[in-house]
Amino acid sequence: MSWDVIQQSLPEFAKGFRLTLWLSLIGIIGSVIVGIITSLVRYFRVPVISKILGAYVEIGRNTPLLIQLFFLYYGFPVMGLKLSAEASGIIGLIFLGGAYMAEGFSGGFNGISQAQINAGEALGMNRWQLARYVVLPQGLTLSVPAFSANVIFLIKETSIFSVIAIPELTNTALDLIGMYYRSNEYLLVLVIAYAIILIPLILLLDWLERRVRYGSFGD
Amino acid sequence: MADEILKVEHLNKFYGDWQALHDISFDLKKGEVVTLLGPSGSGKSTLIRTLNGLEPFKDGTISFKGQAIDPTIKNWQALRQEIGMVFQSYDLFPNLTVLDNILLAPTKVQKRPREEVKKEALELLERVHLADQVDSYPRQLSGGQKQRIAIVRALAMHPEVMLFDEVTASLDPEMVRGVLEIIKELSDRDHMTMIIVTHEMNFAAKIADKVLFLEDGRILEQTPGKQFFAHPQTERAQEFLSSMDF
Amino acid sequence: MAHSGISVLFEGTNFVRLLGGLWTAVWIAALSLVFGLILGTIFGLLRTMRNRLIRFILLLYLEFFRIVPTIVLLFLVYYILPRQFNINMPATWMAVLAFTLWVAAEFSDIVRGAIESVPQHQRESGLALGLTQWQLFRYVLLPQAFRLELPATINLATRVIKTTSLLMTISIMDVINVGQQIVEANNQSHPTGVFWVYGLIFILYFIVDYPLSVWAKHLTAKQKEI
Repeated sequence: MSWDVIQQSLPEFAKGFRLTLWLSLIGIIGSVIVGIITSLVRYFRVPVISKILGAYVEIGRNTPLLIQLFFLYYGFPVMGLKLSAEASGIIGLIFLGGAYMAEGFSGGFNGISQAQINAGEALGMNRWQLARYVVLPQGLTLSVPAFSANVIFLIKETSIFSVIAIPELTNTALDLIGMYYRSNEYLLVLVIAYAIILIPLILLLDWLERRVRYGSFGD
Repeated sequence: MADEILKVEHLNKFYGDWQALHDISFDLKKGEVVTLLGPSGSGKSTLIRTLNGLEPFKDGTISFKGQAIDPTIKNWQALRQEIGMVFQSYDLFPNLTVLDNILLAPTKVQKRPREEVKKEALELLERVHLADQVDSYPRQLSGGQKQRIAIVRALAMHPEVMLFDEVTASLDPEMVRGVLEIIKELSDRDHMTMIIVTHEMNFAAKIADKVLFLEDGRILEQTPGKQFFAHPQTERAQEFLSSMDF
Repeated sequence: MAHSGISVLFEGTNFVRLLGGLWTAVWIAALSLVFGLILGTIFGLLRTMRNRLIRFILLLYLEFFRIVPTIVLLFLVYYILPRQFNINMPATWMAVLAFTLWVAAEFSDIVRGAIESVPQHQRESGLALGLTQWQLFRYVLLPQAFRLELPATINLATRVIKTTSLLMTISIMDVINVGQQIVEANNQSHPTGVFWVYGLIFILYFIVDYPLSVWAKHLTAKQKEI
């Protein structure tokens, strides 16, 4: 284990670190948007689209990100759609994450008691008003635990971008190992880098979960 | 003295700073039925749970058959084979059939031969009119049926004493009678020694040899059953009885 | 002259080779699950006991796996075992080792959660019958916990199967690695073959995983009814 080797690699890792954060952020935001829309469409059983999005959720959740990326990055160009590695990565992550988030939000929406919906309908709300004032606020609160798990999961999934040569953290470590054969040092830095991102985030999300639970159930 | 099965002396129980039981003393003789009465929150359930080691106590003594109980986990585990208990929420094991619920403790804890216990279990089930349910799972039974099985499950251990903690409190009214009849029969026919926490005043009046009336964790009155219902000694007990309106 | 890409799937032994690669992935997943579930049950039981030191160590163990991505785990085992400890075993066994430790961590949390969610009343009525702690675990808590944890366990299995897609990164001849070879060998004759090969692998993973996740959902729905 050599401190010099670690120190010299830090600028490279810093670049990978920023890219991991950046790709994660875009991926998570995109996944939340796709997830909310998908779960609302499914909740209100919008004809046809609801079925299509149902199939999407199952496909997204039951196939690995790596093969989704290979399909996008290597498979699509021969059919005439050329995507950069970064674009493939983000599209793949949102495809995957959107399905997971949709499933999580659906769980929350289905957890709302029927009495709440009836109360809203009795007040003369239309579907959009029901969604805006009853389903979304209560359902999103109920799905906070699933949301937290998905956020952590998606950040860890960005490590798979390394296989299509996006220079995020894991790819940076593999490149350095390939060049200098110092696997112990680089893997150590890699693990610490993920810990720096994830430990504060896990604590933050745990706190959020407790806050939300307290807010809605008072215990 | 010889026929005293359970003796409680100067028992105090605390939850943190709050005292749940104050200087409780009473005894229970062989074949005797004691009912614990009192408003909710008076400490009846805490007391009966303490007698089975489900609530720890530090101050005071509980003696079983003349021996002061040293309240270690191991001692309680052994004693519970002689002190049966039935709860408000029946708590049959949902993963086991009726028969296996009954056989579990006698065969695993007491290591009695399965065939022998099974024969006895069938007889007990016959007595509570549930012989046809031996292979059912708890989810297939009504509340009243579950509670009758829970009583059989406790009896199969051959306990010296039975503790009943509000066993009819979560049953539908039409189920209550069947369960109470079984408890009454246990007293009349088998002379089972029992401590009963209940809100069924008619039942308590019929079965109690002795009533302990509790309020705020204290025994306010310790009176023979007939006398308690006819002439309660304390004003609080009079108020309590008239509020129960039975 | 370029053939239609889809035909590459059925030329020679290509299709059989792909299925063979899938089989490698499936048995690595199955073996890791068997070992991991056994180890995870033990860890989960230990985490419900009172010893604080053991609970703390197992919590650290779990958190490590919560933080480190699985692909990084594979690299840790792949690089560190041979170079640091001079342990040389086939890459497939290294993968089984990494997956087993990961499954054990995740499953220990599932077991702990399930045991703790068995109602307090159930414990008490077991104790009231004179059961010992061990008998209480063996006959009351574990069987009930098993039912509660089954859907989460199946979901974990689907994740392990999906994660086998990473095996190619440590040079295991899994379905994706076989696919890559077929693509490279036929690049001249079937330029669009790459689309169909990866498309087929995509579908194969779906075919393996989807029934499992339907089963898990069905069980969850059934438990909510009771």
